[in-house]
Amino acid sequence: MTTDLVRSSAAELAGLIASGEASAVEVTRAHLDRIGAIDSRVHAFLHVDDEGALAAAADVDARRAAGETLGPLAGVPIAVKDVLTTKGVPTTAGSKILEGWRPPYDATIVRRLREAGLVILGKTNMDEFAMGSSTEYSAFGPTRNPWDLDRIPGGSGGGSAAAVAAYEAPLAIGTDTGGSIRQPGAVTGTVGAKPTYGGTSRYGLIAFSSSLDTPGPCARTIEDAALLHAVIGGHDPADSTSIPAPVPPVVEAAREGASGDLAGVRVGLVRQFAGEGAEPGVVAVFRETVEALVKLGAEVVEVSCPHFEYALPAYYLIAPSEASSNLARFDGVRYGLRVGDDGTHSLEEVMSLTRDAGFGPEVKRRIILGTFALSSGYYDAYYGQAQKVRTLIGRDFAAAFEQADVLIAPTTPFVAFPFGSRTGDPYQMYLADLFTIPSNLYGGPAISVPCGLSDGLPVGLQVMAPTMADDRMYRIGAALESVVPQLVPPAL
Amino acid sequence: MAAISREEVAHLAHLARLAVTEEELDTFAGQLDVILQAVARVGEVAAADIPPTSHSVPLTNVLREDVVRPGLTREEALSGAPDAEDGRFRVPRILEEES
Repeated sequence: MTTDLVRSSAAELAGLIASGEASAVEVTRAHLDRIGAIDSRVHAFLHVDDEGALAAAADVDARRAAGETLGPLAGVPIAVKDVLTTKGVPTTAGSKILEGWRPPYDATIVRRLREAGLVILGKTNMDEFAMGSSTEYSAFGPTRNPWDLDRIPGGSGGGSAAAVAAYEAPLAIGTDTGGSIRQPGAVTGTVGAKPTYGGTSRYGLIAFSSSLDTPGPCARTIEDAALLHAVIGGHDPADSTSIPAPVPPVVEAAREGASGDLAGVRVGLVRQFAGEGAEPGVVAVFRETVEALVKLGAEVVEVSCPHFEYALPAYYLIAPSEASSNLARFDGVRYGLRVGDDGTHSLEEVMSLTRDAGFGPEVKRRIILGTFALSSGYYDAYYGQAQKVRTLIGRDFAAAFEQADVLIAPTTPFVAFPFGSRTGDPYQMYLADLFTIPSNLYGGPAISVPCGLSDGLPVGLQVMAPTMADDRMYRIGAALESVVPQLVPPAL
Repeated sequence: MAAISREEVAHLAHLARLAVTEEELDTFAGQLDVILQAVARVGEVAAADIPPTSHSVPLTNVLREDVVRPGLTREEALSGAPDAEDGRFRVPRILEEES
C-alpha cells in the first residue's frame, strides 16, 4: 500500500483521500517513510518537517470527518523550495548566510498551500539564492539525480525536481528566474511549469532577480501541475507586480489536452533553437517529439526569433544586476549570520566579513558582475543595452505568436551531466539555461514536458506560450503525455 | 585585451562589501573576464532607438488603501537578529570615538 501511495499522482491521492480509502495521515506517513528510506542518498531535502506535516494531515482528516468541503488537493503532500519563507520552519535559500533562520511569516504561496489543505513535507535543496543549474552551488551539498546518483538533478530547483522524480513527494514548488523549474524538470524526467511572470506571487520569495523570479509547480503529470498552478496562482495585493486577473483555465486545458487531439493548433518551431547549441541525443529526441505532435494533429510551422541568441548574454547582465541590489539586504544586522563582531571591527568591516563568509563563490561572482554592469561608465553599454535587447526579445515573441499558438524547443541543451564537469568554468554552467531564458525575459509562461530518453537519461520538450495564456502549454503538454510512455527512473 | 582587471574586481568587491581574499580575487578575475567577454555580445545588437524593458508587467504605481493593518510584532521582527538590545537591532559602533 505504501509503495502504491508514493507512486500515485496527486490527483489520485486526492481522490483516495476524498473517498475515504486513505487518510491524509496515511498518505503523509508513506511519503515521510520514503524520504527516511532514500533521502540520505538523494539529498532532495534540507529540512523535513515530520511533526508539522503530520499535524497538517491530521487537521485535513478532522475537517473531512466534520463534513467540511475541502479543495481538490486537500491532504496531498508537497515539498517547497527553500527560497520561500515558511513561518517558524528553517529557510536558508541554500546559503550559509541564512543557516538557522526561522522566518516570522509565510510566503503568500505557502499560505495558499496551507489554506488549500496541502501538507508541507519540508524544504528542498537548491543552488544558493537560486543561482545555478546543478545544485552544486548549494552551501549544504548537492542533490543527486534519481536517474543516476553521480549526475546533477538540474538547478536551481534540483531538490524539488528530484523529490518528485524519486517519489518522495507527488508535488513540489519551484521558482524559475532563468529556467530553475524547467531545466531540473527536463533532466529528472518530471513536469516543471513557469507561469506567466506576475501570475504567481513573489511575496515571501527571497528575491534573486525581481523582474524575472516566478514561482511555479513541479509534478509527475501535467494534470497535477495544473491543479497545483490553480491553487497557487492569482492576484496577490502584497506583490506590486502581481497581475490583477484570474488564473487562466489551466486544469480544463490539461483535461482537454489529455484527449490527444491537437487539430487546429499551430506549433511554432523556433529555428534558432531547433538544432544549434544542443547535443545530438537531445536533438534526436526533440525531432521525434515534433513528429509526435504532428501525428496528434498539430500544424508545425517554423518561426524565426533573431534576438533569442542574445537572450543568454542579456540575462547574465540583468539578473546579476538585480541580484547585486537585492542581496545588499544580507548585512548581518536584521537576520542571519554575523561575523567579526568582536569589538575590534567597524560596522562596515563586520558587513564585509559577514558577506564574504556567508556567500558562496557563485553568489559573489554574480554580485561583482552586477555591481560592474550597474556602475557609472559601464551602465549604458551593459545593463542599459541588455534592457533594450529584452525589448527586442519580447517583440520576437509577439511576431512569432502571430504565426503560432505556442512555440517549442528542447528545454535544455544537454541531459544531466556528471558532478564537477561544469563548475570549473562558470559560463559552461550558464549554457544550461540557453533555451529557457527567453521566456523569462519576455514574461510569458513555459513548461517542460518529459518526452524521451537519450542514453538512458531524460529529455524535456519546452512549450512556450503568450503572456497569460498558460492554459495553452498545459493542453499541448497533456496531449504529448498521452502518447509518450511515462519515464520511470531505476529503483533506488 | 581583458574586459576586467584584477584591480577592478577588487574595487567592485569593496563597493559590494565583500571582504574577498587574495585567492578569491585570483580566481574571480579570470572567471569574470570570460563571463564579461561573453555577455558583451549584447553590444552587437543595433538598439539605439529601442526603449528599455525593466519588467514585463504593464503596471505602474500600484497603490492600496491607506489603512492600518497588523504587521510583525517587535519580538517577531527581532527574532532572527544576530544581536538585539533594548528591543532594537544592536550593531557595532558606526562612529569613530573622538581622540
